[in-house]
Amino acid sequence: MEATEIVEQLNHSLPGTVRNVLDRFGQAELEIDPVRTVEVLRFLQQTPGLEFNMLVDLVSLDYSTFPGWTGPRFGLLYLLKSLTQGHRLQVKTYLSAENPQSPSVTSLWANANHLEREAFDQMGIRFTGHPNLKRLLNHHEFVGHPLRKDYPITRRQALSANQSLMDEMEARLKERGIS
Amino acid sequence: MTENLHSSSLGLEESTSPDHRDLLFVNLGPSHPATHGALRAFCALDGETIVAAVVEQGYLHRGFEKDCESHTFQQAIPYTDRLNYVSAMMNNVGYCKAVEKMLGIQIPDRAVTLRVLICELNRIIDHVVCVGANLVDLGALTNFWYFFNVREKVYDILEKLCGARLTSSYTRIGGLMRDVYPEFGDEVRAVLQDVQTSLKDVKGLIAKNRIFLDRTKDVCVITKERAISYGFTGPTLRACGMDYDLRKAEPYYGYDQYEFEVPVGTTGDVYDRIFVRLYEVEESISIILQALKRLPEGPIMTDDKRVALPPKTQTYGNIEGLMNHFKIIMHGICPEPGEIYDATEAANGELGYTIIADGSKNPYRVKCRPPCFMNFAAFGEMIEGSMVADAIANLGSINIIAGELDR
Repeated sequence: MEATEIVEQLNHSLPGTVRNVLDRFGQAELEIDPVRTVEVLRFLQQTPGLEFNMLVDLVSLDYSTFPGWTGPRFGLLYLLKSLTQGHRLQVKTYLSAENPQSPSVTSLWANANHLEREAFDQMGIRFTGHPNLKRLLNHHEFVGHPLRKDYPITRRQALSANQSLMDEMEARLKERGIS
Repeated sequence: MTENLHSSSLGLEESTSPDHRDLLFVNLGPSHPATHGALRAFCALDGETIVAAVVEQGYLHRGFEKDCESHTFQQAIPYTDRLNYVSAMMNNVGYCKAVEKMLGIQIPDRAVTLRVLICELNRIIDHVVCVGANLVDLGALTNFWYFFNVREKVYDILEKLCGARLTSSYTRIGGLMRDVYPEFGDEVRAVLQDVQTSLKDVKGLIAKNRIFLDRTKDVCVITKERAISYGFTGPTLRACGMDYDLRKAEPYYGYDQYEFEVPVGTTGDVYDRIFVRLYEVEESISIILQALKRLPEGPIMTDDKRVALPPKTQTYGNIEGLMNHFKIIMHGICPEPGEIYDATEAANGELGYTIIADGSKNPYRVKCRPPCFMNFAAFGEMIEGSMVADAIANLGSINIIAGELDR
């Protein structure tokens, strides 16, 4: 489906959510209202004909040193793919520098859990409603968020203690109804 | 404290909840012979059955994305080798293809065909390593030697091609590092014969092997819907019965002009994941033979002055050539500001790069989408309800490569 049709459907069903449409080397990118992320992504995932059933990747962005940038500091880029329709779409939200947070989409895609944990770990974006927002790639004692532009690449941290993972395990056992 | 140290050195942990006294908590990894890298799965066992599992990754995290930001576009290529180090050239190709698309560069036909060729050679290596190691974890050591013999022969060719076995850095933005050597075609054809033989040998050992079938059939099944929700791509998704291959779905590098099949499984168990890979190796052999047949003559590097160093005669012979050389070495490759996501079908699945350029010689942001990241996210869920030994069989079959998982 063409991007213009997708935008039309969104404007019709969820008016005011699409703020901008860009072409990124052949793929359409929709900038949406960051407050309504879950609503828009659920619509894209579940509407017949759109059926973006795969969250290909979630990219966290920090524009603070981008030349000539005047917009909000942080961004999240959701890369969507529909395996039934064959089309792709990029959805972007911009988040403020003071309190970068975004609603979690863990209810829509199973891999959003780890992808959001990575974005939190690397960029310090908080996902509200995430069941287990812990660091993923860095050590749990790590301080700071390395992919932020103000984190110096040469900074080193000595980290030693193991993570017991018992907290996650207790939650998982409860989830599975085992006690 | 001593108590604690003692139990953790055994890989055991105590639950704080009085309700879980009857469960045994065991760490699989981070340093376990079957993890083939440092990964950790923390399992709650009831007898020998895993009733719940959580995973931890990051043991090999080294800041690939941060490193890219402080290096030039060309300097990022060696870092991509270290993502999936089993099929390094596919990472090189994926990255360069994204940057070239950003620059609007069309690479010469010979470079395109050679990239297809080396990608398929790497796909063969990746698949035989994955299946070979997977079978070792199941206790079948012989297959491993059959496969690793041919793997070494393919590496001999790659070493002759670029000077390195594993960390090849064979592509350049705009083409390839160097052309193939004269006897390349004959050597590849010979090695493909060996691959065929090894495939026949391994299939002969496992296809009707009762132990193998019992260990893999209906083990750690993941449904198609769940696999899609987890973002599975490549062989692990196709094993679930989803016919999705970027080479067919979104053809690049003329893959639509090659004749090959996409093997698809039915149940999404360990057996399907192994056999999808084995059949894919056969398809790759076919693609390589077709590519060798059509390999056109011509340059292997574009002549676009933004990315290609001029020939040395020009660098030392005239001022334009010298300036061109200087510009590329000192100022680097500078794409126009923009954002791109571009993906290729790597051995493990969809390998994507999101690259943001700000007009300077360094990428502003690089995000790699490693295919096995999604597989590992599902690992805990996949092994719940199965035996410890099945978890080991499953770990090999979803082909976790710590280099690209943790970046």
